Amino acid sequence: MEFKRVVVTGLGALTPIGNTVPEYWNSLINGVSGAAFIKSFDVEKFKTKFACEVKGFDADGFLGRKDARKLDPFVQYALFSTEEAVKDAGLDFEKLDTSRIGVIWGSGIGGLKTFLDEVVNFAKGDGTPKFNPFFIPKMIADIAPGHISIKYGLRGPNFTTVSACASSNNSLIDAFNYLRLGKANMFITGGSEAIINEAGIGGFNAMHALSTRNDDPATASRPFDLDRDGFVAGEGAGTIILEELGHAIKRGAKIYAEMVGGGMSADAYHMTAPHPDGLGASLVMKAALEDAGLTPADIDYVNVHGTSTPIGDPQEVKAIQDAFGEHAYRINISSTKSMTGHLLGAAGAVEAIASILALKNDIIPPTINHFTDDPAFDPKINFTFNTAQKRVVNIAQSNGFGFGGHNASVIFKKYQQ
Amino acid sequence: MSDIASRVKAIIVEKLGVDESEVTPEASFTNDLGADSLDTVELIMEFEKEFNVAIPDDQAETIGTVGQAVAYLEKNVKA
Repeated sequence: MEFKRVVVTGLGALTPIGNTVPEYWNSLINGVSGAAFIKSFDVEKFKTKFACEVKGFDADGFLGRKDARKLDPFVQYALFSTEEAVKDAGLDFEKLDTSRIGVIWGSGIGGLKTFLDEVVNFAKGDGTPKFNPFFIPKMIADIAPGHISIKYGLRGPNFTTVSACASSNNSLIDAFNYLRLGKANMFITGGSEAIINEAGIGGFNAMHALSTRNDDPATASRPFDLDRDGFVAGEGAGTIILEELGHAIKRGAKIYAEMVGGGMSADAYHMTAPHPDGLGASLVMKAALEDAGLTPADIDYVNVHGTSTPIGDPQEVKAIQDAFGEHAYRINISSTKSMTGHLLGAAGAVEAIASILALKNDIIPPTINHFTDDPAFDPKINFTFNTAQKRVVNIAQSNGFGFGGHNASVIFKKYQQ
Repeated sequence: MSDIASRVKAIIVEKLGVDESEVTPEASFTNDLGADSLDTVELIMEFEKEFNVAIPDDQAETIGTVGQAVAYLEKNVKA
């Protein structure tokens, strides 16, 4: 059976550096940092006092107060970026077979804020279980694609992929595979996350995972810099409309790029630490290349996982050198997390969007906040430090690695008939 | 309007996002005010909190309109 081809026909983004795709892209190529002191709760007692928060998002204005209070922020974000993508793709669902349109969404955690609020409320009481009836349906990680399907009446396959920070790469790969197999005509896919609250920051702080550069939040996310000291928490959502090529052509859709491959692997090593030799990371990049029928020399750009942690960044560089060999010197590498922070379950989605726009515009967004070279890294590797670079980008790869040792990598290509 | 009735009305306006003028005694939570089953459970919980009463499930099932809520609370809330 011959696989069908899959193309990207719509994008939506709600990020710490822009609430729409054009704003996001403009910030990416101009090296804008989204990090600042946290506004959503009192950080006085917290080791890390900053994050990459979404700015100026008005949930009540977007959803109406009645619906907004029934939705955890990770769902509000999902609906917001999806509205942009649906409009961008020019979708009129009344004219389409909605039983052949699905939603596969990624979220690493789900409604953490809802969980926190409800449990705190219970703990303050006398032990009588007075839980709000919306507690569970607001919190569960699968509720975002549920709400997207309800809003647009989409009755195709519908679920959430949960693999921590690889979640939305997994959602893209699942959607890609179902489309290749002819199981649906279109997927709304991507991911969202909203963990900038007391439980999220406190929990990641306890793991020593977050940067504590409280004297200079804007430069705290510095992947591959000698003085990197942890990741910066981010939040938001990214939506990608994936569509079977024939369906897209038939409705005259605008085509951003073709999705050509997805790879998945596991480290099988440790709960949170990556494999020190980048074994899982190397495997996943090779798996994606093989799936796409490409060789390492075909890749122009790798949007890396690159979270700015002391142990995570080196293993990914090792993995890239293992997977790409000498070609590692000819590709551009960048970590857009230097600007957005780490959107966890939404990272794969917003970074896939960055990769797709790099292809479309022939510009590599930079790895900002680079001050000091780390001698551990081969100086011949081009990390695209500090400023965007123009280059023809035919094929781009985007990596996501999650706690639990989950790895997922996706490949996009300039669309050609 | 009694004190209880005006407090009930305020809760309904807040939770269901409806206009005050729609909250008439005859108005049904589900048929007229757009509540689903979860909204109805939440409303009962809010009444319990506001008036410091416990409304047993079998009683809660008999409260389907604004007037029924006010009547129940006027009977069961200690002045």
